[in-house]
Amino acid sequence: MATAPAVPGEHSGEAEAETPGAVIMHHVMDSNEFAFEPFGAVELPRMSIPASVPLLGGLDISITKRVVMIWIVAVALVLIFSIVGSKYKAMGVRQAPSGMANTMEALVEFIRLDVAKANIGHGFEKHTPFLLTVFMFILFCNLFGLIPYGSTATGDINVTLTLSVFSFFVIQIASVRAHGVVGFLKHLTVGTHWALWIIMVPIEIIGLFTKPFALTVRLFANMAAGHIVILSLIFISFIIKSYVAAAVVSVPFATFIYLLEIFVAFLQAFIFTMLTSLFIGLATAHEGGHDEHDTAVAHH
Amino acid sequence: MLTSGVVLLAGSLLTPNPGLIFWTAVTFVIVLVILRKVAWGPIISALEEREKGIQSSIDRAYQAKEESEAILRKNRELLSKADADADRIIREGKEYAEKLRAELTEKAQDESKKMIAAAMDSIEQEKRRALDVLRNEVADLAVKGAEKIIRTALDADMQKKIVNSMIQDLSSKRN
Repeated sequence: MATAPAVPGEHSGEAEAETPGAVIMHHVMDSNEFAFEPFGAVELPRMSIPASVPLLGGLDISITKRVVMIWIVAVALVLIFSIVGSKYKAMGVRQAPSGMANTMEALVEFIRLDVAKANIGHGFEKHTPFLLTVFMFILFCNLFGLIPYGSTATGDINVTLTLSVFSFFVIQIASVRAHGVVGFLKHLTVGTHWALWIIMVPIEIIGLFTKPFALTVRLFANMAAGHIVILSLIFISFIIKSYVAAAVVSVPFATFIYLLEIFVAFLQAFIFTMLTSLFIGLATAHEGGHDEHDTAVAHH
Repeated sequence: MLTSGVVLLAGSLLTPNPGLIFWTAVTFVIVLVILRKVAWGPIISALEEREKGIQSSIDRAYQAKEESEAILRKNRELLSKADADADRIIREGKEYAEKLRAELTEKAQDESKKMIAAAMDSIEQEKRRALDVLRNEVADLAVKGAEKIIRTALDADMQKKIVNSMIQDLSSKRN
């Protein structure tokens, strides 16, 4: 945040990178270096898949800042949960969990019962590992993004898109498993008269894709927006060049938004998991008036 | 305001980055596989086991409650039955005692009646024997008296009269 704000509208190549907008963009976007301003930056390796590999040949798979954050999150998750898991393995039935195991149990139990079981119902056990991983992954990405110098991986549409594509496949596979291929296709007609199929089937197919699309945009927009708001509030004091503004507006408001972001981190992780399990529940539910509900939720 | 406008106009927040998608997918799948093995499996099985344990504890508690209630009911039944038995035994005992007393009294009365009757019989016999003895004695006396009278005055008619009246007297006295 040591960057001096330049006069807006200046267009020389050097100064353009120094406008508040450019600085904010630099902070909320991915980059090929892990910057520790003002101490310098770590240049991250650039690489791509060799062209000889079929399908993915030539793909740019450079390690970016977001990739590093995802790896940090992955390592943290594996470390924390292998400790918790080994505690549970060592623990008897009559023993109460304590410390970290107890904390994680509250989250795991919440996702397992109040999210998975409540929305999916019968056969929720199959989906709990996925839902738990998604929840913890998003939550940790959100929270690690709040650490200074960090970057919110879930504030990148590529990451949220990938996660919702996983959700999409989980939902569709669950639907096909529950109803069979014929039942799945029949589901697309919503039980209407065949004359209406020409309208209903495209709408339903679009509906299949709007759900993960909504998941993608909701999570990405929420996480990116929070950071943009914090940075914008801080930049108010740079733009109007006032310490009073910094003391009265920027710092208190940015602190408030930051605290709100902690809440949003949990909330968005919960919403993503909740909606995924809700869609799984709707896709696997057996016939009986759930179709109206389905479309209602899709519109929602 | 200006800042956010620039950010939105830049549009580069929506830039696709295949490399990031690739790494996210790979990392997520690896994390999912590892966590499924090291964490979710043990945690969920422990939680399920605990749920089952709690459920079975509740079930056992209810079962124990029902059992104890049944035992209590049975005990009450036994107690009331024992009370009834005791009442019945006491009543029977009283009745038996009453009967026994009545029998004994009756027997005693019979016995005393018999004894009285026997005493009366023997008195009667004794009386009869005494009367016989008396009669013989009287007859002897009469014979002796008659002898004496005969010896003194052999007035047959008169003597006859005398003897008759005497006999009359005796017999009336005896009766």
